[in-house]
Amino acid sequence: MSIGRQVTGAGGHRLPRSPLRRSRRVLGGGAAALVLASTLAACGGGGDGGSQTLTWYINPDSGGQAEIAARCTEAAGGAYTITTAVLPRQAAGQREQLVRRLAANDASIDIMSLDPIFVPEFAEAGFLAEVPEDLADQFTENVVPASVESSTWDDRLAAVPFWANTQLLWYRKSVAEAAGLDMSQPVTWDQLITAAQSQGVLIGAQGLRAESLTVWLNALIESAGGSIIEEQAEAPEDIQLGFESEPAARAAEVMRAVADSGAVSPAFSTENEDASATGFEGENAGFMVNWPFVWPRALAAVEGGTLDQSVPDDYGWTIYPRVNEDDPAAPPFGGINLGIGALSPNVDLAFEAVQCITSEENQAYYFTTNGNPASNLAVYDDPEVIEVFPQAPVIRESLELAASRPLTAYYNEVTGGIQRVYHPPASVDPGSTGAEAQELIGSILAGEQLL
Amino acid sequence: MTQTTLPPVEKTQPVSSPRGSISDRSRAERRLGWMLAGPAFLVMLLVTAYPILQAVYESLFSYRLTDPNNRSFVGLGNYWVILSDPLWWQSLGVTVLITVITVAVELVLGFALALVMAKALSSIRPVVRAAILIPYAVITVVSAFAWQFAFDIDTGFVNSWFAWLPGVSADTDWFGDFGTSLVVVCAAEIWKTTPFISLLLLAGLAQVPEVLQEAAKVDGATWWQRMRKVTIPNMKAAIMVALLFRSLDAFRVFDSIFIMTGGANNTESVSFLAYRQTIARLEIGLGSAVSVLLFLCVVLIAFGFIKGFKVDLAQARGDR
Repeated sequence: MSIGRQVTGAGGHRLPRSPLRRSRRVLGGGAAALVLASTLAACGGGGDGGSQTLTWYINPDSGGQAEIAARCTEAAGGAYTITTAVLPRQAAGQREQLVRRLAANDASIDIMSLDPIFVPEFAEAGFLAEVPEDLADQFTENVVPASVESSTWDDRLAAVPFWANTQLLWYRKSVAEAAGLDMSQPVTWDQLITAAQSQGVLIGAQGLRAESLTVWLNALIESAGGSIIEEQAEAPEDIQLGFESEPAARAAEVMRAVADSGAVSPAFSTENEDASATGFEGENAGFMVNWPFVWPRALAAVEGGTLDQSVPDDYGWTIYPRVNEDDPAAPPFGGINLGIGALSPNVDLAFEAVQCITSEENQAYYFTTNGNPASNLAVYDDPEVIEVFPQAPVIRESLELAASRPLTAYYNEVTGGIQRVYHPPASVDPGSTGAEAQELIGSILAGEQLL
Repeated sequence: MTQTTLPPVEKTQPVSSPRGSISDRSRAERRLGWMLAGPAFLVMLLVTAYPILQAVYESLFSYRLTDPNNRSFVGLGNYWVILSDPLWWQSLGVTVLITVITVAVELVLGFALALVMAKALSSIRPVVRAAILIPYAVITVVSAFAWQFAFDIDTGFVNSWFAWLPGVSADTDWFGDFGTSLVVVCAAEIWKTTPFISLLLLAGLAQVPEVLQEAAKVDGATWWQRMRKVTIPNMKAAIMVALLFRSLDAFRVFDSIFIMTGGANNTESVSFLAYRQTIARLEIGLGSAVSVLLFLCVVLIAFGFIKGFKVDLAQARGDR
């Protein structure tokens, strides 16, 4: 945040015109021309008879997408070359960058890794090329239902399911045993709170004012049988919200009970997924809801010598906790769907590339090396996958139960409103918070209030 | 003892020049002045006036970046939405609070640092100056992360080092409350920008005529008396300019809040509100209106300083 307006690059001192200076200038001009020429060539997509270059905008990972890009380039045998461009770390940042580029008609975006929550917004704005009918069946065959649902907009496939994520309930076997919890049976949040209190251990959940709070609330409402959006509508102000429903009140009750249980970290209102995972590796760990990345994370810590092998040995995992004893849980759903840029000059080639990227083989590779679970259910039968990820069968089961977050082109308004009203979780009042959220998000959608 | 400043110097008017008309020479000088400053003036117009005017224009529309076809003229509707929303007033309050706290503390600290820099032994003076200036060279986002990590309950050292302070324990969640979050945000801002204010004040200190100091000494004035009656009155212009620049800067606070709290616990500033409408919600119209209001606030502050405190920007540069 600087104050002074400085004119930089104005050249501090003047040299007399010398031959040296002139030759420098010629050199500079030459260099500029060269750069210009090479950029122009890049703009043309390298169409000099060789292979077309496809740019894949990826979310940061452990190198898996770049490796898949290289494999598919090789498999294409010269038909196309995939290069990757890395987007910001946070999903919100990824959306911001992509939207601004696409709104400015950036044709360089051929393939993009999209968080499923943004697919409706992108599709509605016409940023995504429609998936051809004949390919749509192929892309959705034997695929996790939530992945297909979140890739679909206006009854058409708008994006291609790539990998699918879900949260599990992680527990310390020793703690569950001491508390007398039978983890082979579904457990409820109330049971977890009682067990954690009796054992003096912590429950890890994400109370930070961020997307993770929406993930949690949505899972609670869906598990209780409700939905954040009860009825879709064309105009944003007509969208029917479900915050005042009974399931939403029950969800708020659970959220408040967890926050007030005394069995959460003192920094619960700023706890994100990483903080939960760190806490779960610690001494007071009992239970945690989190994505599967916590498993490779713990193994890496053991390998790095910062964690004892006995800790991951004590890890247990099962389906996300229930809100009501008799209703099955609706675990959070995440992952990445692939969108094809509508302005891309190589839409057909991009779909060809996506077929390769989402192949069973590449999804299995991505699962085992980067810890990102496949959307293709066949991958879960791969013995190699089960060996690396002993959680695979539970993840598959969880994915089949998983519920997407609200699918709407105005997702950002909905999640922003939720984060404003339901944070901090310890201030949630089951009697009034729902009405407050209903009113606030309703007026934001109607354009009558700021976010 | 009254305040001691040098007597104002009367500007000498050229006797020969006839009143009201401009000589050829001064006309030529004026032209030269425009030719020299003109290009810079044009660039300024291009990079500041154009975006400001565009923001004013956009703010009159309901316009969502992902839905350009439904762009419609709403007049002052966006301003009405903002000004009737309690969130705007709350963000404005937070911004003013941060501005007042940081600028007040920085003025005192900055003055002390300027004195240290001015009076330090000449052998260590360059080292002292460089050391004081380092925080100002740090990128705000980086400094915000550093402060966040320091106060974080998992990675931070603050809780264990300062556990002896009342109200601080191993379980203190600094970013869990409005008050404590603001303490850290303000501390980070103060740490980072005090060098800026002390640099401006150092320039002011250097302008205080040594003659006056010596005269006061001869009269038997104590250090404190000299400070109050000679030093401070003589550098009033520099102090006001430092306050003005820093207030304008502090009013735009964004990075620290964005990194540390993400706007949680009602810590959102006005800039944050503009960011959320424009960049996150993609509501270009509404966001532009917030930006225009922010701009008006800044203009108001600048105007208030210049008219209210009679800040003479030219004097601070040393052109007497």
